[in-house]
Amino acid sequence: MLETYIRDRRKKKDILLMTHIVIGYPSLEASFDIVRAMVSAGVDLMELQIPFSEPIADGPVILKANQASLAHGTSVKDCLRFAEKAASTFDIPFLLMTYYNILYKFGVAAFAQEIARCKVRGAIVPDLPHEEGKDYLQSMAKNTLAPIFIYSPTSPESRMQEIATHAQGFIYCVARKGVTGQQTDFSLHLQAYLDRCRRATPLPLALGFGVKDKSDIDYLRGKVDIAVIGTQTIRVMEEQGTDAVAAFIESLR
Amino acid sequence: MHRRGYYTQFGGAYLPEILVATFEALEAAFDQAKADPDFWQTYLKVMTDYSGRPTPLTHAANLTRHFGGAKIYIKREDLNHTGAHKANNVMGQGLLVQRMGKTRVIAETGAGQHGVATATMAARMGFECTIYMGEVDVERQRPNVFWMERLGATVVPVRDGTRTLKDAINEAFRDWVGNMDTTHYVLGTACGPHPFPEMVTYFQSIIGQEARRQILAQEGRLPSRVYACVGGGSNAMGLFSGFLDDPVELVGVEAGGKGLKSGRHASRLKASDASIGVAQGYKTYFLQNDDGQMRETHSIAAGLDYIGVSPILAHFKENGRARFEAATDEEVIAAMSLTMTREGLIPALESAHAFAQAFKEAPAMSPEDILIINQSGRGDKDIFTVADAFGDPAWQAFIRKKAAQYGA
Repeated sequence: MLETYIRDRRKKKDILLMTHIVIGYPSLEASFDIVRAMVSAGVDLMELQIPFSEPIADGPVILKANQASLAHGTSVKDCLRFAEKAASTFDIPFLLMTYYNILYKFGVAAFAQEIARCKVRGAIVPDLPHEEGKDYLQSMAKNTLAPIFIYSPTSPESRMQEIATHAQGFIYCVARKGVTGQQTDFSLHLQAYLDRCRRATPLPLALGFGVKDKSDIDYLRGKVDIAVIGTQTIRVMEEQGTDAVAAFIESLR
Repeated sequence: MHRRGYYTQFGGAYLPEILVATFEALEAAFDQAKADPDFWQTYLKVMTDYSGRPTPLTHAANLTRHFGGAKIYIKREDLNHTGAHKANNVMGQGLLVQRMGKTRVIAETGAGQHGVATATMAARMGFECTIYMGEVDVERQRPNVFWMERLGATVVPVRDGTRTLKDAINEAFRDWVGNMDTTHYVLGTACGPHPFPEMVTYFQSIIGQEARRQILAQEGRLPSRVYACVGGGSNAMGLFSGFLDDPVELVGVEAGGKGLKSGRHASRLKASDASIGVAQGYKTYFLQNDDGQMRETHSIAAGLDYIGVSPILAHFKENGRARFEAATDEEVIAAMSLTMTREGLIPALESAHAFAQAFKEAPAMSPEDILIINQSGRGDKDIFTVADAFGDPAWQAFIRKKAAQYGA
């Protein structure tokens, strides 16, 4: 189980790192090289995003990566093959992240079955609240996959508790309002929010949105189980090339 | 949130967690407003004093004679302030914004009408205003950008995706997820997550309520059919709302573009190209590929150039309550031309789709039949687009001369 993996790993490390890539950006080959570099740099788990034409929760950097990947023809099948290859090559858990329409068009039950076959461990679907996700939750459970749900600073505690009853693996806590890739103020304000998250669920907590360097990670040590680096690795890759990704990840601990 | 906002299988609220609380607050404010008898009265007063309602129902005697079939009436939403039905929704949401105590509004716009209407509302009610508009639409509808800016709004051209209406909606959502404490997103059509389809329909229902009253006053009986163009579906939902419980056929007309077989159109309900999906927070028919990626759409009318359609109209397609048709760009130009020369009315290119379909059907109907066409907007404001659509040489010569003056 994903949760067990996270708890075991946490016995050895005081914070785990989860990174994110958009499959097929800048190309399928380069994406795979990035995964390899991230794994060798000690990343503990990864989310692989299947690009979607309308990614409303993503900021400009990830939005453009989605569009660029689709523009050179990345298909959902390509993404599933990619995930299968990654999961069979590297010994860390992989999660698929995408928007609900991708699952809906594939068939929710078929999607869960297929990603389980690919040895993916769970999924993050940011535009699918649990209220709309009955089929999804059933299919994920049937295939022993972790549905990762999201907490936000605007979620009341009662809702956080309700979400926790559907979530597995860990909870992805969004650090602030806004889309991916904007500045986050790692301050006392965040501590109060994380305290609320902690009270609402016994599941491990991940924190993402705006995590970009070692000082952010140092702040999060002892406060959450997993730090999520999303947009920043894409920025590093765009500015310094694919080869710079490993060094960037290593610089975070 | 349990199964709320569903019309059979369509609709829903597929929201990122960050917006769930905002939508709950919006729904609560809307429910309170609906339960408050003063709210609708206040709304009617604003629409009367500020927007010139009720809009007339005009008997088109010349067109009726021309086709020799059904008696044709035209609902004059073009006579609203800012020249389209969009004002109905915008002023209503503006009153809700006041009740919620927010200070800033944002909106998407395709043709620009909704953006202009929102900018006027913001100016009148004292809100900050930002309008998102696809770069392609900024080019197509530059005069509307001019007016939005003059009215005090900030217009942000959206350069992502297909650079049209859907991309403007995405960008408005991205703004909203960061600024929901101060900001309300004035969604312009009966689409998006619950409660927007219901709320926009609620405000637009003023069209159908008036039209029903007016036709009964003028003719003493109901129409056989009513026609409205369908982009997102707000003017259609507005007109149809007045006749839902009557034996009246509801006809929605989509953008047939270059023809349904060409693949270059924006028909989600008539064409077989669309399929059910979930995007922009709701479930409906979308023009998308097998993977679920949205396709490019085409229409001569920017306001109809959209991938999705109101979940309530998708529901009407499934249960047969409404019939959906499509009019091509070419048919639209011909219908618009005929309406101008016979009646002296200038429908917007969007509205002219409804005219085109009604004109196809009127001759075969009996003189005992009445039909109502919704003229959802005026066309004279879109002079650049319309002049292009007509390929008017004298206008082109004028523009060249004008451009040369600016260059000098």
